Amino acid sequence: MRLYETEIASRLMLGTAQYPSPAVLTEAFRRSAAGIATVSVRREAGHERAGAAFWGLVRDLRVTLLPNTAGCHSVREAVTTAQMARELFDTPWIKLEVIGHADTLQPDPFGLVEAARILTDEGFQVFPYTTEDVVLAGRLLDAGCEVLMPWGAPIGTGLGLTNIYGLRTLRAQFPQVPMVVDAGLGLPSQAAMAMEMGFDAVLLNTAVAKAGDPARMAEGFARAVQAGRLAFEADPMEPRDMAAPSTPVIGMAFLE
Amino acid sequence: MKIMINGTPTETRAEMLDAVLEELGFGDAKVATAVNEDFVPASLRGQTALAPGDRVEIVTPRQGG
Repeated sequence: MRLYETEIASRLMLGTAQYPSPAVLTEAFRRSAAGIATVSVRREAGHERAGAAFWGLVRDLRVTLLPNTAGCHSVREAVTTAQMARELFDTPWIKLEVIGHADTLQPDPFGLVEAARILTDEGFQVFPYTTEDVVLAGRLLDAGCEVLMPWGAPIGTGLGLTNIYGLRTLRAQFPQVPMVVDAGLGLPSQAAMAMEMGFDAVLLNTAVAKAGDPARMAEGFARAVQAGRLAFEADPMEPRDMAAPSTPVIGMAFLE
Repeated sequence: MKIMINGTPTETRAEMLDAVLEELGFGDAKVATAVNEDFVPASLRGQTALAPGDRVEIVTPRQGG
């Protein structure tokens, strides 16, 4: 899978938040074989050194880092956060979140496009966290985004793919654009479904971090993503309404 | 003078951003900074003078989804 100019072996991307311990996080990443980890930037007091400890932990994962602008509600906040993240993580990649609604954490489409344009003009490679809206997707591509990250469902809900029609339409509308279903997945079957629909990858966090056994769930998702991708590449059969016998009828005993 | 550091009112004797970081004990820690919501690259901290009431953000790498 190619994202901007980078070849990524795994189609599973994993967040680094909410794990019960650093050891569990590390084991979950190992079992997931994820190629990309999402990270963030947060305030720190001089004596804490929490950032340094976390930096050591993620560096040891030996995965590509994708910093986010999580929690930003305005274009200015998101742009400044992206600039700080680029310096801290030394990468032009940014998962751009501009949140427009407190309860659903739904992206603000207008702010998202504006921020995406500013950041691509500044040389960022933007991964916009967006909805399944095809018009918005087109605007984000016009703004210079080369990857889209449509939501499956609101962040942290585990509801899966809540608008299958919308996601299918989005996938069909821009077949050449790498798309990552980001957020809302709770179960491996939902990830498999996204991959069967032709999405290039999935990104999850809560579904793994909040599972009773995060490492085991991480491996479950890894296998589901592989299975779904294989199915997509294999060109699935067309569904039909009436039964069609799979066992040959010709040569049956007792047939007059 | 009194400035805001990560949302907290803080008294400082330093006048430049790099000196404020030094005073707060960041030393050579891996941080990124913003003043009054504008990003200040590490290379410009020594030339960035602060005024009373300025809002300074100091961030480090953290967990994210």
